[in-house]
Amino acid sequence: MEIGISHYLTVSAILFTLGVFGIFLNRKNVIIILMSVELILLAVNINMVAFSSFLNDITGQVFALFILTVAAAEAAIGLAILVVFYRNRGSIAVEDVNMMKG
Amino acid sequence: MTAETFLASLHLSTPEMILAVGAMVLLMIGVFLGEKSSGLVTGLAVGLLAVSGAWLIWQTGDGQAYNGAFLSDPFAKFMKVLTLVGSMVALIMSAGEARSTGIDRFEFPVLIVLATLGMMLMISANDLISVYLALELQSLALYVVAAMNRDNLRSTEAGLKYFVLGALSSGMLLYGMSLVYGFTGHTSFEGIAAALSAEGRSLGLIFGLVFILAGVAFKISAVPFHMWTPDVYEGAPTPVTAFFAAAPKVAAMAMLIRLVISPFEPIVADWQQIIVFISIASMLLGAFAAIGQKNIKRLMAYSSIGHMGYALVGLASGSMAGVRGVLIYMLVYMVMTLGTFACIMAMKRKDGNHVEEIDDLAGLSQTNPFMATVLTVMMFSLAGIPPLAGFFAKYFVFMAAIEAHLFALAIIGVLASVVGAYYYLRVIKLMWFDDAKGEFARPSGVLRLVYGLSGLFVLAYVLIGGPIGTAAEVAARTFF
Repeated sequence: MEIGISHYLTVSAILFTLGVFGIFLNRKNVIIILMSVELILLAVNINMVAFSSFLNDITGQVFALFILTVAAAEAAIGLAILVVFYRNRGSIAVEDVNMMKG
Repeated sequence: MTAETFLASLHLSTPEMILAVGAMVLLMIGVFLGEKSSGLVTGLAVGLLAVSGAWLIWQTGDGQAYNGAFLSDPFAKFMKVLTLVGSMVALIMSAGEARSTGIDRFEFPVLIVLATLGMMLMISANDLISVYLALELQSLALYVVAAMNRDNLRSTEAGLKYFVLGALSSGMLLYGMSLVYGFTGHTSFEGIAAALSAEGRSLGLIFGLVFILAGVAFKISAVPFHMWTPDVYEGAPTPVTAFFAAAPKVAAMAMLIRLVISPFEPIVADWQQIIVFISIASMLLGAFAAIGQKNIKRLMAYSSIGHMGYALVGLASGSMAGVRGVLIYMLVYMVMTLGTFACIMAMKRKDGNHVEEIDDLAGLSQTNPFMATVLTVMMFSLAGIPPLAGFFAKYFVFMAAIEAHLFALAIIGVLASVVGAYYYLRVIKLMWFDDAKGEFARPSGVLRLVYGLSGLFVLAYVLIGGPIGTAAEVAARTFF
């Protein structure tokens, strides 16, 4: 069986869905949410590179590199905010992020 | 790219360059002078935004730069001026209250400048890659700004919530972009539009469009992606909330307008349905969910969700009149929001504590008649009562919807604004007919100036609306 574009898209769609569910169904730890966000961004990267190769167009790979860079910056900022939150709350459990209702 | 076109590109993007280089200089000043420099850096940041705006108005021409990734046109200029003014006013207002709200750090003005840079690039972006990078530049700065009062639990919680939901929305936006890229083969707006009109739409592309709109709807806090707004508005320090409510909304709305009107122009019928749905849901939620609120910042959060719904009514019509209506709406919305938040920032007891319950406004007409009058004008205008600015803003978008035969949308909008009037009138009733619980400290001169001027603008819109409408029309003509 030959691996075609649709296989890549399926893998990426599954990873994306896992990431979204990881954010909403996870009741334990905010770190897991950060991991889910990374999973989403990497799913997008698989899409980008697969399309880029399929279309014979370099733009998708350039885009993927930019996404990797931004993902790194985003993880840094997310962890920094998590650290200041932990200092104030003493916990990073998802159910403890509840000072304001909503 | 040849040297000549690179210079031309630099010339076209000078306002952004001023902000980018200036932010680095401000950071250096802050680092070398230490914590005490926050006042100086704030002043310089306001100056920087003013210089950038002046250059934008008098020196910048129209055209594309950086191989078409960046676009300068009358629409971009109109929205950029709005964004710059919003950021500038928010910074000026924050200067006096920085110490009492725990944001007196030099990083704050630097981050505001960087966020504003991101917003200006968002408005000018003409390629999916530049849209994404500009949006992230803005968002990353805003996440940090929300958690600016880092010793305060509510502020850090607001930052954390904003970050998690913002990262999710960026992910959805990106997934949509990857699908659009894959099914059209282009990332530039012209390329996407050309591919769409040549080949028509495919299922994958519609998925991409939906994901992109979901991501952008989060940024303008439209239903069903509004969950973060009340919490972030309540938790973030008040000067930060004032900033959040004004400039980023304008920039994100500009980006949404350009996205749907420029690359997705060939499939109007598809995105129109989505915008109509988002618009109706936002208007209704904004009207009903605000009724039970006790915290005035939360009330303003629901109010802003509703107002984004009204602004989207204009966009849903997809016509020149509609886009003009959205532009006028965003301008009026920004002035009303900044004026109201100037009043909210002035809600400070004599011992220096800020209060933010709606009940704390009771009897304001006896203790501070001027502020009570201005806030009354603001509330009437937010409710859309003639002859104030808020009425004209709503009038233009509803007329555009009726011209586009979106009768249901216009009727639901009018009904929602009737429901919404209830909670605005409740604030007015508290201020004028209830007994005072305590006195506020005398507001700083800057705050009085800001809410005085916004009140004047809202009252005098009948007289000065003509030139504003003309400017908005010139900006809207860019697309048609």
